[in-house]
Amino acid sequence: MERNTAIVKKSAGVKRKTARFKEFAWEKSIAVLGSISIVILALIFLFLVKDGIPLFRHVGVAEFLFGNTWRPISEPPVFGILPLIAGSIIVTLAAAAMSVPMGVGCAIYIAEIADPRAKEFLKVVVELIAGIPSVVLGFIGVLTLAPFVQEMFDLPTGLTAFTGAVVLAFMAVPTIATISEDAIYSVPREYREASLAMGATRWQTIYKVIIPASSSGILAASLLGVGRVIGETMVVMMVCGNAPVIPNTIFQPVRTMTATIAAEMGETVHGGDHYMALFAVGLALFAISFAINAAASGAVRRRGAGA
Amino acid sequence: MSAKSSERAAFLALRICGYAVAAPILLILGLLIVKGAPALSAEFLLSAPRMGLKEGGIFPAIVGTVILVALAISVALPLGVACAVYLNEYAGDSRLTRLIRLSIVNLAGVPSVVFGLFGLGLFVLFLKFGVSILSGSLTLAFLILPVVITASEEALTSVPKSFREASLALGATKMQTILRVVLPNALPGMLTGAILGVSRAAGETAPILFTVAAFYLPRLPSSIFDQAMALPYHLYIVSTQVPGASETVKYGTALVLVSLAFGLNLVAIIARNRIRKQRKW
Repeated sequence: MERNTAIVKKSAGVKRKTARFKEFAWEKSIAVLGSISIVILALIFLFLVKDGIPLFRHVGVAEFLFGNTWRPISEPPVFGILPLIAGSIIVTLAAAAMSVPMGVGCAIYIAEIADPRAKEFLKVVVELIAGIPSVVLGFIGVLTLAPFVQEMFDLPTGLTAFTGAVVLAFMAVPTIATISEDAIYSVPREYREASLAMGATRWQTIYKVIIPASSSGILAASLLGVGRVIGETMVVMMVCGNAPVIPNTIFQPVRTMTATIAAEMGETVHGGDHYMALFAVGLALFAISFAINAAASGAVRRRGAGA
Repeated sequence: MSAKSSERAAFLALRICGYAVAAPILLILGLLIVKGAPALSAEFLLSAPRMGLKEGGIFPAIVGTVILVALAISVALPLGVACAVYLNEYAGDSRLTRLIRLSIVNLAGVPSVVFGLFGLGLFVLFLKFGVSILSGSLTLAFLILPVVITASEEALTSVPKSFREASLALGATKMQTILRVVLPNALPGMLTGAILGVSRAAGETAPILFTVAAFYLPRLPSSIFDQAMALPYHLYIVSTQVPGASETVKYGTALVLVSLAFGLNLVAIIARNRIRKQRKW
């Protein structure tokens, strides 16, 4: 009898030990898997550096960043990315000039003005836009918007920076509208009530109380929208005309940094100068997206401190 | 101008903003349906392209996209759920978790073409997977990871704290609590995240350009080390690189791609609502 209890006790102890070990192993593996995103981000940076930086053994950094000629396959090749940066900046600024007012206006309408049915409808629409693959928007842009732009402004080609900016503005609206909407919803109800009780109209309340109170969230939303635009590839490659020169007006073809990588990588020799130059362009894009994210979270943090 | 009339003008302008956003999408969908629907025949969906992609169907591209997306989500979902469980159930507010959150946000902001470069550098060349389904789907998996993590974490947060406390009070360990109580209850939200990730992966072109996509393949891929055709890349090719491709092929491909993306979203929403209805709390 006594012996039996001893055995039972012993096996219970073993069981408890294996259970504890299982628990330990599980917790550790979750922690390791949990850190995977740090690893991936570090790997992305590492591989961009590994394949991009060796370019600067042959090409000066200033020459690369500020050279105004991009002729990667002429002999000798010239790798100045200024035209590509200019292309990205022109398209992005033009798109932002259209999509920020539209997106914020749309957010205000949804959050403050629309009746419940219009609100539901527009929310679904905004979600739908976010769900359209960018290559489809590029396709529609080439087929419908480009001929329209060409005819309207009497241009030699409809594939211009402006055309790309219009499509990109449309694509950025969901990002800007949803994040701005969240910022507007987070304004305390008392603010609205106090303003209305003082005799302000709804519009006065919106632009004197609600917009200022949610301005940092709206700023963050706009920055993230800009980030979306500057990183977009397929639309600009299909719609912007792909000419790697600094344009004089917005109605000329341009080529952005993203489009250059996508269009040229297929023709490069792996490990050659051109290949490395495209990775260096990728590194520059990576740095830009980092900076935009930092600025956006900086804007949000400021709001946190102010409230 | 009186306060009332300026309010009226401002509200009108805002309403125009709202509907100006809605108008293009309705036009786009209308155009795709009108021009693409006549192309949708069993033959179009189930046969290979012909005449240098100018005619014929898109079957290999559909198969390629389905394989890529299935592999991508089967990598991204376990990783994403594990990451969300760690952040929400184990780690408090430590330096490590702040670093993890920071890298998730930044990962979400990395341009998709940069993911393509990364996939080329790491999977295709460094690990020598070659231009293959394996390289492409791993690249896509990393691209959609932030989406899956964010949705999974949201799902975990929505499980009431009392569920965990009740389970722990009954003597269950933390692992048992998570596996048998928390995760099953968070499943609907995670499912939505997974499907959002799938629909994102299905539509992406830039990350697969140099990692897997093939212009034209006469046969279906037979292993994960083969190249594959994919719907978004096929649409890019027929609409810009193949002069004289027929309208039906172009619009048909676009319509199939958009329906796939929307259809997935719809499935996610219906599944989520059905599971929600069964909830008791």
